Amino acid sequence: MQTSKSTPRPKERVSTLAFDVAKIREDFPILHRQVDGRTIAYLDNAATTQKPKQVIDTLVNYYTNYNANIHRGIYRISEEATAAHEAARAKIAQFINANSPQEIVFVRGTTEAINLVAQSWGRHNLGPGDGIILTQMEHHSNIVPWQLLCREKHSHLKYVGITDDGHLDGSDYQMQLENDGAKLVTVSHASNVLGTINPVREMIRDAHKHNSRVLVDAAQSVPHMPVDVQDLDCDFLAFSGHKMCGPTGIGVLYAKKELLDSMPPFHGGGEMIREVHMYESTWKDPPYKFEAGTTNIAGAIGLGAAVDYLNQIGMRKIRLYEQELTRYVLDSLSRIKGISIYGPRDPTQREAVVSFNVGDIHAHDMATLLDEDAICVRSGHHCAQPLMERLGVSATTRASFYLYNTEQEVDRLAESLERAKRVFKL
Amino acid sequence: MSSIYSDIILDYYRYPKNKGQITNPRIKAKDSNPLCGDVVEIQMQLDGDNRVSEIKFDGHGCAISQASASMLTELVKGKSLDEVRKIAKENVLELIGGELSAVRMKCALLSLKVLKTGVYTYLGSLEESKEEISNLS
Repeated sequence: MQTSKSTPRPKERVSTLAFDVAKIREDFPILHRQVDGRTIAYLDNAATTQKPKQVIDTLVNYYTNYNANIHRGIYRISEEATAAHEAARAKIAQFINANSPQEIVFVRGTTEAINLVAQSWGRHNLGPGDGIILTQMEHHSNIVPWQLLCREKHSHLKYVGITDDGHLDGSDYQMQLENDGAKLVTVSHASNVLGTINPVREMIRDAHKHNSRVLVDAAQSVPHMPVDVQDLDCDFLAFSGHKMCGPTGIGVLYAKKELLDSMPPFHGGGEMIREVHMYESTWKDPPYKFEAGTTNIAGAIGLGAAVDYLNQIGMRKIRLYEQELTRYVLDSLSRIKGISIYGPRDPTQREAVVSFNVGDIHAHDMATLLDEDAICVRSGHHCAQPLMERLGVSATTRASFYLYNTEQEVDRLAESLERAKRVFKL
Repeated sequence: MSSIYSDIILDYYRYPKNKGQITNPRIKAKDSNPLCGDVVEIQMQLDGDNRVSEIKFDGHGCAISQASASMLTELVKGKSLDEVRKIAKENVLELIGGELSAVRMKCALLSLKVLKTGVYTYLGSLEESKEEISNLS
């Protein structure tokens, strides 16, 4: 329950009263960091999130007490490290409701997960003339790996357009599926620029009717809402640890077991082999087949701790809180004269990732002006240049929120935007 | 807190001096800042004594990059190429006034980088000046 003695909240926010954001903030040491005498307002969570002390302590504990290489060490601390590493895999499997931990491949992040699918599954399954359907709102990490694959395999990309209010164009998608189909549909679950939550469950169902496999870029969804891979029925799903309170350099590729079984290895090396002879080798079973070399052991264990942390709060609660925060952000920012906000207006159809421009203030100037008030936002093309072209802008300023952000921080953002307007005499 | 965006910067951003193109310029160079998407092109005409008789810049981007480009053209006009070569990044930062973060420094120095690239290309000494130019970004 809310413990602060602040003024009672309006009725519509009753559902989030059980969400004690003040208590959550206590878990994140960096949120108390001061810059030039002001506490930072960290609003760049779509880029990376902050880490709770539970995760930081887990990393320190690993390096302090049982740091050892995993899988083959016949001694106590190696066995402890292996057990913790595999326990993390099991937690992550449960977190996204995978059938088994064998469907969880540890990678460096979403980018590596997508490259793994492109280079392993893609090279094995695509040929001349084959199509890959993607969308105009993809992050570069869900565009460039497919361009590389298409160049090699003489396959081609088919883009689903977006509507003026920032949704995928559903009829365009249907047309792309019906028109020669595609071996693969690859789509972001939530846009890192517009915040749009795409109807991936329905898109997957339709793709499967056309015998297309589907990859979901869940970098912006798994950290913010319940995601159930069996309910979605996606073939592949990729996400990053550092965007969900976990360490950098660790991420996850989920894939259906039968796909992982059929796919050739991505990287060759130690740990992924069963037997190596001079001219040929055999591979371990998935997921180890895809985890060559010493992996990011601390990262995986740290990600397990992040999953524990999020679970203990509850993903449904996090989603509801962020939905209410999104409503507050959109209400507050749309009151600013001269602002253009991109993406859907309905908080139930989007996340708390809000891109905007104000008057003729360039996004980079805006980020500098906000930084003068210790507000951390991102500006630029957000690794989504095709989307920027579609929006007809070269850059936007983006404020993105997480479970520890508050309405007070939104107020600070709105006040600072007004100050920016005054500085620019708007 | 005080802002890097002084009235002078804003004035040069909104009402830039020496913005546009020159027909058949003797010196011409263009570059962009991939991080920010700032673009600056500089064109120059020289008189008989190799002094800059005319200079224009063109481009788009943030206020820092565009204002500094405009200010730089005013600084350069009438100078000999030898004097232009001696312009240092401190001279540009002085024009802007105030402190810049490392990332925004690239915006501020883009026009100087373009200017030097143009001048050294004209003088045939671009190769030996690579280090000086790369230090500007």
